Amino acid sequence: MTRITHPDRALSTNPLKVSAPLGAAMAYLGIERAIPLFHGAQGCTAFAMVHLVRHFKEAIPLQTTAMNEVSAILGGGEQIEEAIENLRKRANPRFIGIASTALTETRGEDVAGELRAMLARREDFADTRVVYAATPDFHGGLEEGWARAVEAIIDAMVPETAAGPRLPAQVNLLPGSHLTPAEVEAIADLVRAFGLDPIVLPDLTDSLDGHLAEDWSGCSLGGTPLARIPLMAQSGATIAIGEAMRPAAERLARRGGAAHVLQTPIGLRATDAFVAALMEIAGTRDVPARLKRDRARLQDACLDAHFHTAGLKVALGAEPDLAAALGQAMVAMGAQIVAAVSTTSTAATAQIPAEQVLLGDLGDLERLIPETGAKMLITHAQGRMMAERLHVAHLRAGFPIFDRLGAQDVCRVLYAGSRAFYYEVANLVLSHPHRPAPEDFGALPIDEEFTHAPAPSARH
Amino acid sequence: MSEALKNQVAAVLNEPACATNRSKDDAARKKGCTKQLTPGAAAGGCAFDGAMIALQPVTDVAHLVHAPLACWGNGYDNRGSASSGSDLYRTGFTTDLSELEIVMGQGEKKLFRAIREVIEQQSPAAVFVYSTCTTALVGDDIVPVCKAAAERFGTPVIPIDVPGYVGSKNLGNKLAGEALFKYVVGTMEPEVSTPYDINIIGDFNLSGELWQVKPLLDKLGIRILGSVAGDARYAQIAKMHRARVTMLVCSKALINMARRLEETYGIPFFEGSFYGISDTSAAIRTLCAMLVERGAPADLIDRAEALIAEEEACARAALEPFRPRVAGKRVLLYTGGHKSWSVVSALQELGMEVVGTSVRKATEEDKTRIAEIMGTEAHMFENMAPRDMYAALRAARADVLMSGGRSQFVALKARVPWVDVNQEKHEPYAGYMGMVNLLDAIDRAINNPLWADLRTPAPWDAPPAPAAPVTPLDLSAMAGTRADFEDC
Repeated sequence: MTRITHPDRALSTNPLKVSAPLGAAMAYLGIERAIPLFHGAQGCTAFAMVHLVRHFKEAIPLQTTAMNEVSAILGGGEQIEEAIENLRKRANPRFIGIASTALTETRGEDVAGELRAMLARREDFADTRVVYAATPDFHGGLEEGWARAVEAIIDAMVPETAAGPRLPAQVNLLPGSHLTPAEVEAIADLVRAFGLDPIVLPDLTDSLDGHLAEDWSGCSLGGTPLARIPLMAQSGATIAIGEAMRPAAERLARRGGAAHVLQTPIGLRATDAFVAALMEIAGTRDVPARLKRDRARLQDACLDAHFHTAGLKVALGAEPDLAAALGQAMVAMGAQIVAAVSTTSTAATAQIPAEQVLLGDLGDLERLIPETGAKMLITHAQGRMMAERLHVAHLRAGFPIFDRLGAQDVCRVLYAGSRAFYYEVANLVLSHPHRPAPEDFGALPIDEEFTHAPAPSARH
Repeated sequence: MSEALKNQVAAVLNEPACATNRSKDDAARKKGCTKQLTPGAAAGGCAFDGAMIALQPVTDVAHLVHAPLACWGNGYDNRGSASSGSDLYRTGFTTDLSELEIVMGQGEKKLFRAIREVIEQQSPAAVFVYSTCTTALVGDDIVPVCKAAAERFGTPVIPIDVPGYVGSKNLGNKLAGEALFKYVVGTMEPEVSTPYDINIIGDFNLSGELWQVKPLLDKLGIRILGSVAGDARYAQIAKMHRARVTMLVCSKALINMARRLEETYGIPFFEGSFYGISDTSAAIRTLCAMLVERGAPADLIDRAEALIAEEEACARAALEPFRPRVAGKRVLLYTGGHKSWSVVSALQELGMEVVGTSVRKATEEDKTRIAEIMGTEAHMFENMAPRDMYAALRAARADVLMSGGRSQFVALKARVPWVDVNQEKHEPYAGYMGMVNLLDAIDRAINNPLWADLRTPAPWDAPPAPAAPVTPLDLSAMAGTRADFEDC
């Protein structure tokens, strides 16, 4: 049973958490011709944008309502109107996703109300969908911000009653923020392989996959087609990946079609469960031949890798859904999560397979690693400093990963991705070889008299 | 094969100290101990491989292989012998002969140049030069080349004449021992000599196993003077003629060397093992008794007994937590055999059931011992064909296979845990604490949740039929095989 505790201290050292508005921005970037807009001071946006740029190595069209001293006191409604007007002029987006920040939430603005009134007044904004999510920095992290944005999109754009007949083969797919564009693509492809037609919300697979576009866009480079979002009301089923997506899935379930909140398919057992759910939704016992081969290959990879994962002591720092997924995949291979730090307490936090989960920061992990004798650190790139100091292997997972290329391309899900993940873990263990020495065993060194003193090498 | 090499092979095969050899009649002894290999059904190293196994752990030596690429290009840095000093032994040096050089007979010249280059670049304590099939076949004579090079460059250059075709790995071990004895032993004198100086022959310090035992010797004041070849320096071999006692570890392969040390320098030897608690204690007892016989103070024996009592109690206490995790589990042991009985008894003490153990290399004495411990001979077998082993494991007639690397995949593909107990293993299992490491490895292997997941049917497969009762392992029903696929 996982015990979830808050450390008793005031100081946070090297935060693990990434802010909620950033999560909302990432979700908005998975919508067709979108621009995320932070309602806050411009610094809120600047820091988030730098984070996103360093991770994805892409131009990120993140904008700000640029709250100033006056608007911070008198209210920012006009700032939003002005921002939308300017964005429409400069980049012609079809979708603007607004995320509030700590500043505007602390002020207590009724953004939703003001927005309604403003949009009713400004008929010229009609061809741009504007969606607003409340994502104060002081509540939750990237996972929550992402989820709030998806919920806001559903509330605003998916009708309560479907406009057409139910489409049994159409499936809503709600990936959590912990999945990379490559992972979402692999999962969507598998859904299609079962003869189903997924509407992925949000869909980063063609917007942040890292591709060279023919023209400068100024908006997201891809994403869920806006026209398809209202159709989600007609889908036969909804698949949500990760506990954070449960509220969004329930919203869609109220519009018809059963909702399945599934574990992230990393590892044999979780992928089996995922495939079984797809078989049920598709009503088939027939699976693609490729899938059978991939499963057998994962089994073999597990056998080869388990020598290096068995008994491996791991320190894990990630937001709840990612921590639960990676933690369970590691424990399934005989590893132990000896130190776990996460950001918020959700249903997923309780699924992290550790005795205790600290809702803390990387500083807590740095203290716990020597205490627990952990040999591998799994966390985002900010863990690199402690990994160097403590000489532990560092497996980069989560957001941000700014010191490695291809973060968007990492695929650790399903049978094939799990295979790659286990190889990655085992290879990391192998790249930190333990060289035994006499003192490890309490043995005295070999007598000096036996040591050959090499002559200085000859010169030519 | 040259006349000299032929004579040496014949001499080595007629090892007087070998109990197996002694029990043979004259005709059988003349045939030697090498079994004729079966083409198409052989798997094991050659004589060159055997020599390398014995000598490569000498750490400060440049091991130079006179051969086309395959002999060493395919083989270097492949072992887990640990060094507390030089890393030179892990570097692969070879003459990498080309077609033209072989045809034109330029091998010896190239070898001489290679020796010069390796001495200039690496300043090794010595160069060990290994001949191989091709270079021996075309008539390259490494002995005079080594002699000339040693004189010219002032560094010992030792010829190890072991072309692979002369025989098995075991023979290669012996030929390596002969070479050491002929060219190295006795060429240096120790700075100090103590009544506690010993030689250890046949331990290769895999993953640091020698260091697992060394603290025991340190505590008793016993010094490892000579070592072949765990964490060994060249000087330790050159000075080993001054030791008081030789311990021959787990290996008949280098018995010729131990016997020659006894005959030439009067150093008595005994065979012992550091695998298992009772074997470790027995080895320490014998070692100390023999040292006292050779002049060490008599209190060594009392100190040894006190140390044994303390270490045994400590090890048993450390093993106890594993009992609930391993008790009742069925083990299939596939090792050389003669070193297994001590491990068998330790596993049984913890409630594990040994359902079978191979006795491929065991002597009659060992077999009697194993039968005693296991209560019956029914669980002993010689070789087991991979297919039979797979079928037995797949039918879940054992919970874990303990063996060497070559049968690893038989177990894994049968979805059965496997623990490496052979020379490629990555963990040290020697001495008292080694047993604790071994139990930890067994625990990690059999209690890994992976196995349950692996045996779960795929989502698209129908749920499995209720499990049939498991039939016990019946070794007599297996045809067996002549091929020793786990030639360790």
